[in-house]
Amino acid sequence: MRLERREHRPLALVLVTPLVAVAVALAIAGVLIAIAGAPVIAAYGELLKGAFGSRLATTETLTRAIPLILTGMAAAVAFRAQVWNIGGEGQFYLGAIAAAAMGSEVLGDLPGFVQIPVLMLTGATAGAVLLLIPLWLRLRFFVDEVVTTLLLNFVAILFVSMLIDTVLKDPLGFGWPQSEAIADQAMLPDLVSRSRLHVGLIIAMVLALLVWFVQRRTVFGMQSRAAGLSPSGARFAGIPLGRTLIFVAMISGGFAGLAGAIEVMGVQGYVTTELSPGFGYSGIVVAMLANLNPIGVVFAAIFIATMFVGADGMSRAMSIPAYIADVTVSLSLLSMLVALFFTQYRIRK
Amino acid sequence: MSDDVLEIAGVSKRFGDILANDDISLSLARGEIVALLGENGAGKTTLMNVLFGHYVPDSGTVAVMGRPLPPGRPREAISAGIGMVHQHFSLAANLSVLENVMTGSERLFLPMSNTSAARKKLMALSERFGLKVDPEARLGDLSVGEQQRVEILKALYNDAKILVLDEPTAVLTNLEAEKLFSILKDMARLGLSLIFISHKLDEVMATADRIVVLRGGRSVAERRASATSKAELAELMVGRAVSRPMRDHVERGDVVLEAIAISVRIDGVDRLKSIDFTLHAGEVLGIIGVSGNGQTTLAHMISGIVQPKDGDLLLYGKSVGDMSVADVVAAGIGRIPEDRTHEGAIGEMAIWENAILERLGDYSKHGLVDRKSAIVFADRIIKEFDVRGGVPTTRFRLLSGGNMQKLILGRNLIEHPKILLAAQPARGLDEGAVAAVHERILEARRNGTAVLLISEDLDEIMALSDRIQAIVGGRLSPPVNADHADARMLGLMMAGEWAQAMPGREVGHAP
Amino acid sequence: MSALMDILASAGLWGAVLRIATPLIFGTLGALLCERSGVLNLGIEGIMTFGAMIGWLAVYNGADLWTGLLVAAVCGGLFGLLHAALTVTLGLSQHVSGLGVTLFASSFSYYVFRLLVPVAGTPPTVEAFEPIALPGLSDLPFVGPAFFTQTPPTYLAILIALVLGYVLFRTPLGLAIRMTGENPHAAEAQGINPMRVRYGAIIAGSALMGVAGAFLTLSAFNSFFPTMVQGRGWICIALVVFSSWRPSRALLGALLFAFFDGFQVRLQTVLDIVPYQVFLMMPYLLSIAALAVMARRARVPQALMQPYRRGER
Repeated sequence: MRLERREHRPLALVLVTPLVAVAVALAIAGVLIAIAGAPVIAAYGELLKGAFGSRLATTETLTRAIPLILTGMAAAVAFRAQVWNIGGEGQFYLGAIAAAAMGSEVLGDLPGFVQIPVLMLTGATAGAVLLLIPLWLRLRFFVDEVVTTLLLNFVAILFVSMLIDTVLKDPLGFGWPQSEAIADQAMLPDLVSRSRLHVGLIIAMVLALLVWFVQRRTVFGMQSRAAGLSPSGARFAGIPLGRTLIFVAMISGGFAGLAGAIEVMGVQGYVTTELSPGFGYSGIVVAMLANLNPIGVVFAAIFIATMFVGADGMSRAMSIPAYIADVTVSLSLLSMLVALFFTQYRIRK
Repeated sequence: MSDDVLEIAGVSKRFGDILANDDISLSLARGEIVALLGENGAGKTTLMNVLFGHYVPDSGTVAVMGRPLPPGRPREAISAGIGMVHQHFSLAANLSVLENVMTGSERLFLPMSNTSAARKKLMALSERFGLKVDPEARLGDLSVGEQQRVEILKALYNDAKILVLDEPTAVLTNLEAEKLFSILKDMARLGLSLIFISHKLDEVMATADRIVVLRGGRSVAERRASATSKAELAELMVGRAVSRPMRDHVERGDVVLEAIAISVRIDGVDRLKSIDFTLHAGEVLGIIGVSGNGQTTLAHMISGIVQPKDGDLLLYGKSVGDMSVADVVAAGIGRIPEDRTHEGAIGEMAIWENAILERLGDYSKHGLVDRKSAIVFADRIIKEFDVRGGVPTTRFRLLSGGNMQKLILGRNLIEHPKILLAAQPARGLDEGAVAAVHERILEARRNGTAVLLISEDLDEIMALSDRIQAIVGGRLSPPVNADHADARMLGLMMAGEWAQAMPGREVGHAP
Repeated sequence: MSALMDILASAGLWGAVLRIATPLIFGTLGALLCERSGVLNLGIEGIMTFGAMIGWLAVYNGADLWTGLLVAAVCGGLFGLLHAALTVTLGLSQHVSGLGVTLFASSFSYYVFRLLVPVAGTPPTVEAFEPIALPGLSDLPFVGPAFFTQTPPTYLAILIALVLGYVLFRTPLGLAIRMTGENPHAAEAQGINPMRVRYGAIIAGSALMGVAGAFLTLSAFNSFFPTMVQGRGWICIALVVFSSWRPSRALLGALLFAFFDGFQVRLQTVLDIVPYQVFLMMPYLLSIAALAVMARRARVPQALMQPYRRGER
């Protein structure tokens, strides 16, 4: 028995792969649900009801998908150029706190049409800067950025915790460590009335389309793909490797930072250390499920959001720990890896 | 046939649609040296992998000392006394010589390695066969020739009675190679049996007792060395009279590229040391040398990938400072890199993308890639340079080696460059593809292109070059006229014996 | 200044150093063993979490402490088996597989924990390991209480560091592991099966990671709570680089690291104008600094992160 590389990957196979992966993950998670003593089918029914069973549930799921689209894109853009940005979580928090600080401390009462773009830009910049540090360490000292981005997540969150405990602490927060809220006019408008769903969804989807276009059609897209596929080949072709990677890192970190900023501006208005239930890490799963395709990221993010929001409902109804969502999401990453392998190779006797 | 130490009988091995070995039989007597002669892809390596237990043959058997070997079991092959000296050494740079030699020689779960006994045994072998090594040296600090010694000692350490050497001289200078062959002959006299794999006729004739010729996966002939000739072997190997194109007379033009005392330093190591050369339009300047003497750096320097530390590079008579890849491409310098798959192209990208990657500026508008004209360009290359097995949207890695090289050649030659850098342009190609590549290079020369040819292959250099310089330890010898050069002279030049190679001329000496 | 001296002179600091170092020693050795065979194991963070949970759970349900450690080791080994299947047999990206294992192992730990231990105000506790005073040595002034009054797993960690160093550099098995990490083709040519060596190294290394986690719940603390591993796994990965893939230096690196960590905790009480988060950042920043200093100098196993397929060069 040996493995043989497939010469062509039919489109149908590429589209079916994530579905199979998700199905396998759900099946394994089903076993865990059964072990917990709940009827599996009914439990998944509750999950779907929790995610889409009402207008409120549906808007909650889509709201949850917004940061996931952006952190998913952060991972997808970076991975495509072989920049292993695992620091989405830290970049998310840094983007959030930068936007919150800019809103509450600097811009104050300026009108919304000034605040909203400035805050988003501020968040993106903060995320980008945080990723440039590990990239610099890689280019200068040959340090693997996987470990440094992972470690910087902890540093960033502690940094945020320090700020909201001291200089940015909300005096009206009853002593809780949270940042001062940004002005109402800096908040993103709602997309659907009487819900938390905000225009961030449109922004994220437009950005996904834009990335798709840049990757497919532009010189920069081709250069960053080449840099990722073969650094030596790209160097020989005269592609400025360092510069390309720096751009990629800025875009990647920028998306993660923007995710944080938009979460502040769209949902909460201020920052706590509980702002993200692991959006940065889930972004990696989103990117892998999407096979690094920006359009796929939107769908993968909605799937993951479904799992998280739905699992809350299921957990309430069935007394199954809500962590089942995290388990399913991580399982879908693992099964996607295996499924991807079989789209690239086939087994020959 | 009872004194045969090795008997390979009727071995066949198929990979997919390719029959790599077709009913091959081979025997080896004690104290005998047999050469396995054949081109790339003739099935030599497959056969040796079967012998060594890396592959399970579809049919056929291997017997050592009359005892059949179980197929697919490298360990059994080792303990039966077969030792392999790989072309790409199977060694670990970070481990010591002794560790490299000892690996796998003891039972895995012994509570302690017996290093002192191992060291003693290694030193005894080293003494007996005249292969000097320092057992404690870190392997990565040794020269290529020394590493080969370690590889041979490793086989002997495992009590090999049969030694298989895969292209052993590919990485050696002529002098080192001669020394190696005298050691091999001594070994045979001491009772070892040897198989060596080669496509070089000279060394096969000089060293082997018997020669087995493989072609297209089949054993096509067997000759005693005393009863054959180079010409016959060449024809047997290729299957037809060999005809590589030869250069004809071309009037050379002006100097287009000149290097004056150029030095290049990479990571604190001087890779090129004050080199000089001039390159004229309509000529091929051949740079001959053993691998690892600075060829890669020279090619990278001219390609715009690394910049000189000292010296002056004159392009069309004008001094140019540091040139980036984009500058080099814009100046009309075509570049054939030595590593097709890692530098010349990106396997996972389409043919059309690879065709334009180094001139993205010409095939884009406002930052958008002009896909349509890029595909037209790729199509033109495919037609004019006879690239088979793909359309512009095919991924590059699906092409065969020869067609990959044709595409790279085409991408560079289609716009008639003034200068062509060709680094190891025919490496690893089969004879038909070699001839095609050579023909293209000579055609460019006829059209007035100045060609800088960097190669480790003596025949290639002598067939194509007008003038030849040797590269040794990062230095370039003075040029010699190819019409006055012969293999012996070039051998001396590659070994750094410039004064001896060019008597009567005031030349330096490589360090 | 005198406050600093007081900290340095307290036996409490030095006793804490070994305690803080223990999980790092186990984890670093585990990661080191995997990497010596050529496989990066980023599953470490999740495997430590699972080890912490399952070790605690076993003891909570009546097993004795050593059985708890053993259960953690076995479970760690099983996650190692998963990582090996993905990276060795299928040859998938070691980065992504490792992260997948971490996400899975940690979320699975939380799930099992929540399923079996209902939410309570304070997490339930177990009787953790008691420090053992080594007879004779612990009576030495200062040094005794500082170094020779530790819980048994700490002594075990040091012992394993020495044993692993011995195995890697003095036995045929160790040479086989190192050769596989440097050049699996050469190992194969010498009759060693690189796949098997890698499986073995990853499973054994992951078992050590499981023990590293269990130390947290069975010795350092006495209960389990989510996120308790706090990036210790990633720090171990950095320490492997810092140690140049040598167990003795891994031991040293973990101790050095623990010294700074113990020192900063005590410094917090003295320098109370500085926010405590600054001190908590130190371990991570220190790890990054160590990487930057060592990454270029270290002799990385040459085949690290390269999948091995027979016959493919």
